[in-house]
Amino acid sequence: MLLKQLLPVLTTALILTACGGSQKPPASQPAPPAADNSMVEDKPAAADPKGIGKFRDVPLTHPLNEGMVQQGKAVADLKCTSCHRLTGEKLVGPGWKGVTDRRTPEWIMNFITNVDEMLDKDAEAQAMLETCMVRMPNQNLSDEDARAVLEFLRKNDGKN
Amino acid sequence: MKRSLLLLTLAGAVAMQSCKMKTTSSAVTGDAAARTYVAPGKYDELYNFVSGGFNGQVSVYGLPSGRLLKLIPVFSVHPENGYGFSEESKPMLQTSFGFVPWDDQHHLALSQTNGEHDGRWLFANANNTPRVARIDLTTFKTMEIIELPNSGGNHSSPFLTENTEYVIAGTRFAVPVGNQESALDNASYKKNFKSTASFIGIDKNTGQMNVSFQIILPGMDLDLSRAGKGPSHGWFFFSTYNTEQASTLLEVNASQKDKDFIVAVNWKKAEEYVKAGKAKKMATEYYHNTFNEETHSASSSVVKEVLTLDPEELDGLVYLIPCPKSPHGCDVDPSGEYIVGSGKLAALIPVFSYQKFTKAIADKAFEGEYNGIPVIKYEAALHGEVQKPGLGPLHTEFDANGNAYTSFFVSSEIVKWSLKDLQVLDRVPTYYSIGHLMVPGGDTKKPYGKYVVAYNKITKDRYLPTGPELAQSAQLYSIEGEKMQLLLDFPTIGEPHYAQAIPAEKIQAKSVKFFDITKNKHPYLSAGEKATKVVREGNVVHVYMTAIRSHLTPDNIEGVQVGDEVYFHVTNLEQDWDIPHGFAIKHAPNAELLVMPGETATLKFSPIKPGVYPFYCTDFCSALHQEMQGYLRVSPKGSNVPLKWGTGTEAPVEEVASR
Repeated sequence: MLLKQLLPVLTTALILTACGGSQKPPASQPAPPAADNSMVEDKPAAADPKGIGKFRDVPLTHPLNEGMVQQGKAVADLKCTSCHRLTGEKLVGPGWKGVTDRRTPEWIMNFITNVDEMLDKDAEAQAMLETCMVRMPNQNLSDEDARAVLEFLRKNDGKN
Repeated sequence: MKRSLLLLTLAGAVAMQSCKMKTTSSAVTGDAAARTYVAPGKYDELYNFVSGGFNGQVSVYGLPSGRLLKLIPVFSVHPENGYGFSEESKPMLQTSFGFVPWDDQHHLALSQTNGEHDGRWLFANANNTPRVARIDLTTFKTMEIIELPNSGGNHSSPFLTENTEYVIAGTRFAVPVGNQESALDNASYKKNFKSTASFIGIDKNTGQMNVSFQIILPGMDLDLSRAGKGPSHGWFFFSTYNTEQASTLLEVNASQKDKDFIVAVNWKKAEEYVKAGKAKKMATEYYHNTFNEETHSASSSVVKEVLTLDPEELDGLVYLIPCPKSPHGCDVDPSGEYIVGSGKLAALIPVFSYQKFTKAIADKAFEGEYNGIPVIKYEAALHGEVQKPGLGPLHTEFDANGNAYTSFFVSSEIVKWSLKDLQVLDRVPTYYSIGHLMVPGGDTKKPYGKYVVAYNKITKDRYLPTGPELAQSAQLYSIEGEKMQLLLDFPTIGEPHYAQAIPAEKIQAKSVKFFDITKNKHPYLSAGEKATKVVREGNVVHVYMTAIRSHLTPDNIEGVQVGDEVYFHVTNLEQDWDIPHGFAIKHAPNAELLVMPGETATLKFSPIKPGVYPFYCTDFCSALHQEMQGYLRVSPKGSNVPLKWGTGTEAPVEEVASR
């Protein structure tokens, strides 16, 4: 587990050092073993505003679906808010305020449900990993739960 | 291990070095490495579950690589993951004699359907404090442990009937029933000591075990056992020694008679007698411990009675077959027709025929009685003898082609022979002094075959020396050709006795990756960080804590005092595979916790001195794993420091949903 989880992080860290773009310079880390680079992608995929994953078109409802908002809050309290504040403040992960303005609904849904592929391939997700330095856990949300969390995020951003 | 056997072995080993024993280089031929090499990232062909002997656990290896995949804690505490130390797991090791933190684990049995391994459960015996455990093969966790009443030394266990109707538990050490005391001399042994064969019924859906009935046999040592299968389904066969009924110096006194017995129990008949009300209820007390996957907690219940059957009173329940020289192994071939007894001190292997055995019963071909139980004439049940197979036969396994493989401790070899004509076909040396051996599926109706694995007692010069205490070993041989071929040997942990192996595909797809946190019903669950809290009840303090990459909540706790009992209930909020979090606190005198994703586990800590106690995650979980730490402030008893806890500032927006 450890190496698998760590390799992309370390690699990212090394790339970062070269670009000098990091807010938090990594401590001196050993170079990852050269022999096994199976977990390391050569290049991030070109940024797709919808991210990588099965969600290509997420219809939004107006007004907000209050049932989904409540369900999304329950899921978030159990699985998400350990690391995400509802304000813009970064805790472990970025604060949630404004996320529905920064990202498309599809990108959010894909990131929640397809965490590892997004972190390995999506340029925007990788940029966040460079900032946060902790891979977002795959919390195994169902599609329905992910949609409910999106509704809760919209509510948090004052959408209607 | 008996000293006489050891002496014989050493003598044998010395004698053999000059003639029979090959060197490593000549024993291993060219393509052995390629046949056992499993490339990085590739999977093994088979799971190999190996008993841990005196470590009390079960280890899991991959075959053919011999790579160690896991140690499953079963009968011994395991500080590495908190088994037996966490509040949730402590009840698993409770017995009618209190908490027993260790045992001697000898034999394993994979659950069967229609006489084939089905990959659902693994059963394990405890030899010292008589118990049987059930391990779930979706989680590789010990889910149930049942204690055996009226038993001393649960050795001939946990062998199974062909549809997992029963798991057997037979006593190695005869003892007076009901934990009575007795004078220790041969006359008192004959009068007071009994052996028991316990039939533990298994629920076919849940695997739950319950002692269905116990057969009370004359005092002797029930050594090993096997269920009949196919035509002999309905019978259970036990090997015995010390039918001399000696209480002392068994090395000599239990080797007096030319023949001991194979005890044949008709368990279908036993079921009929139980149904007909012929069983006697005996007051007793034994523990039954089960682990609940939803509460992530074990609980114990105490059973107060057991049904017993007396073969002296109940006709047709038990027969005895004479078997030479203190038989050890008692193995039934895939067809269910042949029963192989292996006399530890014999120079031949008797093979009994089930058909002839039943005919002998019908013909009343008895040579007499032993404590009121009919003894069948040796020749009447005998299929034949394998002549001069080797010295000290112990155990026999089978392939699908009518061949048997017997381990020889004294002459340190595996001998392949034909069931049909009892001719020896091949022999290979083992390094050294083989005990059990195992052909994958070799105890079932449909052996998988391909390999035989030797589990050796002595390694001496086989590996780099590690002082006086050396590893035991396993050796893998190919049995695909006419000749057995040594492919690999590898050191093992604990002392391996019997083992089981099963094709990986029967297990791997069902392996659980994490526990669904929405189904977690632990009474001290923290369902999300907002649910974390610290609650004082008198001098008991409950810390509801969460773990996620990479922080613990709460991570600053004040208001605890010397004399308090602090329970850290740690919920791992992760829902991803292979992300356990650990929990350890400075000066805790017990162990750590490893908490699987979605699980809640509890460590008790009773501080004895004031101070600040760091706690932290012990399982490297992310790049910021080192930051996953916190402090517990412990004040003197009677201090007025208020209870206070948190992790940074509270999330400011509590009620977004209702805005």
